[in-house]
Amino acid sequence: MAQPAAASETRPWRDAASRPFISVRSLIKRFDDFTAVSNVDLDIYKGELFCLLGESGCGKSTLLRMLAGFEQPTSGAIFIDGEDMARVPPDRRPTNMMFQSYALFPHMSVEKNVAYGLLREGVKKSEAYARAGDMLRMVKLEKLARRKPDQLSGGQRQRVALARSLVKKPKLLLLDEPLGALDKKLREETQFELIKLQETLGVTFIVVTHDQDEAMTLATRIGVMKDGVIEQIGEPREIYETPNSRFVADFIGTVNLFTGKVAAVAPDMMRIETAELGDVRLPPQTGLTYGQQVWGAVRPERFALSRTRPEGAANAWEGVVEEMGYIGHMSQYRIRLASGVLIRATQSNRLRDEDPISWDEKVWISVQPAAFRVLTR
Amino acid sequence: MRGWFLPVTVTLGFVFLYAPIISLVVFSFNDSRLVTVWGGFSTRWYGELLRDRQILSSAWVSLQVAFASATLSVVIGTLGAFVLTRFSRFTGRLLLTGMITAPLVMPEVITGLSLLLLFVSMELTLGWPAGRGLTTIIIAHTTFCAAFVAVIAQSRLRSMDESLEEAARDLGAGPVRVFFDITLPVIAPALVAGWLLAFTLSLDDLVIASFVSGPGASTLPMVIFSKIRLGVSPDVNALATIIIGFVLVAVLIAGWMMRRAMRKEM
Amino acid sequence: MSAGNALTRSAPWRGTAWMMGKLGLSGRSLVIAIPMLWLAVFFLAPFFVLGRISLAEAIIARPPYTPFFDRAPDGSLEILASFENYRFLLEDALYRNAYLSSIRIALVSTLFALLIGYPIAYYIARAPEPKRSVLLMMVILPFWTSFLLRVYAWMGFLRSNGVINNTLISLGIIDSPIQMMQTDFAVYIGIVYTYLPFMILPLYANLTKLDGALLEAASDLGASPMVTFFTVTLPLSLPGIVAGSMLVFIPAIGEYVIPALLGGPDTLMIGRVLWDEFFSSRDWPVASAVAIVMLVLVVAPIMWLQSVQNRREET
Repeated sequence: MAQPAAASETRPWRDAASRPFISVRSLIKRFDDFTAVSNVDLDIYKGELFCLLGESGCGKSTLLRMLAGFEQPTSGAIFIDGEDMARVPPDRRPTNMMFQSYALFPHMSVEKNVAYGLLREGVKKSEAYARAGDMLRMVKLEKLARRKPDQLSGGQRQRVALARSLVKKPKLLLLDEPLGALDKKLREETQFELIKLQETLGVTFIVVTHDQDEAMTLATRIGVMKDGVIEQIGEPREIYETPNSRFVADFIGTVNLFTGKVAAVAPDMMRIETAELGDVRLPPQTGLTYGQQVWGAVRPERFALSRTRPEGAANAWEGVVEEMGYIGHMSQYRIRLASGVLIRATQSNRLRDEDPISWDEKVWISVQPAAFRVLTR
Repeated sequence: MRGWFLPVTVTLGFVFLYAPIISLVVFSFNDSRLVTVWGGFSTRWYGELLRDRQILSSAWVSLQVAFASATLSVVIGTLGAFVLTRFSRFTGRLLLTGMITAPLVMPEVITGLSLLLLFVSMELTLGWPAGRGLTTIIIAHTTFCAAFVAVIAQSRLRSMDESLEEAARDLGAGPVRVFFDITLPVIAPALVAGWLLAFTLSLDDLVIASFVSGPGASTLPMVIFSKIRLGVSPDVNALATIIIGFVLVAVLIAGWMMRRAMRKEM
Repeated sequence: MSAGNALTRSAPWRGTAWMMGKLGLSGRSLVIAIPMLWLAVFFLAPFFVLGRISLAEAIIARPPYTPFFDRAPDGSLEILASFENYRFLLEDALYRNAYLSSIRIALVSTLFALLIGYPIAYYIARAPEPKRSVLLMMVILPFWTSFLLRVYAWMGFLRSNGVINNTLISLGIIDSPIQMMQTDFAVYIGIVYTYLPFMILPLYANLTKLDGALLEAASDLGASPMVTFFTVTLPLSLPGIVAGSMLVFIPAIGEYVIPALLGGPDTLMIGRVLWDEFFSSRDWPVASAVAIVMLVLVVAPIMWLQSVQNRREET
């Protein structure tokens, strides 16, 4: 598939010739006998908003702290803008960090907090406070400049922390769960503010989060981490539509997983025999051999439901609606197949006067071959 | 634990705690030399106390010692606590942990005797400290007070959000700068509390000071001890009343300041 | 930007980083060295001196003990060390009794402090807020006044013509004063009085953490207040009991001032024996030996217990 010519400017990772801005090479971090980060390779490009996504303890924060310089790698290398960071202490790195706890200095006013980094850089006092004021205006906090951090709300504190970490115009901003402490509504608003700010300033962001919705909304690309390893790197759509493993498929969104093996491979067709669905017929895929153990993954919204067997569908199964939940814009179904397996499916409710499929009805479910993702691990 | 039992026990407990102190104060205004027989109201013992050169000069010695050793012990105790909470690995870590907490459980007689013997042998071999007096008492008090300061500072340093220090590093401050800009101001209230505790402990110590002091330097507890050893004497009651008055005023001021700080935060 | 360009630009960076590393490292060692050296010289070294002098003999000289090394007639160095003092401690029943009675007095006082302190701590922990702070302040307040003067206050209380006896006589309960001063009873009173706040504070800290819902759950399940106390509150407050008891027992065992002022001539406590050995008999070597034995018999187990407890708390 040919990409438009402009894509390599907005999506440099698609172009093999573009130079990464941050390079992580074979990075390993061990704490005593626990390996927090094991052999990570990662390239991040200028202007990206990269999300490291994973559950707590997966090593994402350790990776971030090594980029900031708070942890020394056991082995491996980090390059930022071509410079080896191995011997550069945190106070000399061209990075800044926004901490999960915000880490606002409690004994300094908002203004002083924001100006602190500039003063350490040797910027003159008057200029430092002027620039801190500009930054505070940008996050709409100029009126609170004289307050102490404990006189601010959670959302205001978050913006002070952001202003403080951006005021030095770092080459790279590291954000550790930047929205984690905010309530749901504020979090959604702030997500878009964060993207806008990042685009305005052109700073490269690396965000650590455990919240998949947040990662999907914010990121240009996502790295899904598990047990110190990056399982998959890709754009949000890639991660969702073409996960490369059962872990990623299951971690992002909801998925129906099936176990099976390759039962037949022909030039124009491939058959997979699954325990739950029986035979599934798909176009052939490279890299799969006869008898190989595989898994199938289908997102709930990829199933089509109908009262009669759909015409011409290669893969369709009959079942009974066991549970149904009406959510408004869509309905959720749990459908019991003859094999005993329970399938999750969702249907969007486009028409108001539709006669929806309901409890205990017999239904047919079918899936397009392209929506049936075959996984090898 | 219900009904009459608890209030009665608690009341008796507080009577037990305060009755001796109250009687001490009451009899300081007694005209009679017999401390426990009321002979009419008088402030004559206060006058006598103020004319007692020995008491006054030893009180001055005690204040100097307490001030110097509280200050020194805050420096050493804070450094020790900082090293133990912030440097995870270094040679002698276990030794330092032991040395900084052991003075807490060490009987005063052992601390006092062993330090005296050290000072004597140091004088014999190094010529320092020449004789014993203010300096040796200050050293001894600093050593055991540093342990108390270290405990207080350590618990504050542990509960402090370490990302504050990391944030300052991240914004371009070197390690020394971070300590003075961030760590010190954040733990300052704990250090003030530690200083006050060290000051009180030093002012209160009789045993260690008795061992390590020389002929020229008697602290207030040493003078009081030699007086009351021979029996009760009314001017000691007067002194006790003055000390209790000081403590009460200090507590009231501290309480008022805390209340004000809390109101300001709200 | 070429690779070479990046390298030259990073060279000063590397230089600074290297220097910083060097400086940071030496700065770090300096920070470690200050408390380490102070404590090594003024806390650890004294014990070696103590041990060495406990092996010497008392003489009338300055200093009043025999030197460790001596020139033999042939000019070689001789080590003069004798375990005479330790043998003396073993043989003389006075010292053995002093050690045992110190432990007894400390144990009994700790028990009484617990019996008095527990209800107070419990009451304060359950009190509503303004009252709670005031009561807590009242427990701490005496601690800030002079320890010596608080013991002195009891002298005025317990004397034959002291407040207690005078009151009892004037009420007609007794005809002649009861001997209370210069008894073990007076020593118990003195220790319990002095160290009561140390018992109450850890107990209070523990009991405030006790979840009130637990007590409600117990009574909901049919336990009487008494049963609830013995099956829920007491077991859960065990760490507080242990901490408070340690804080009373440890200083009590080496106590000198209280037995010296309130105790009688036959109130034996090891701290007092050591003091008299040093100040009255002027026998520094024997005093040192008493201290060493005290360290081994009494302090070492306590320190071991403390470290075990600390380790348990850390995990």
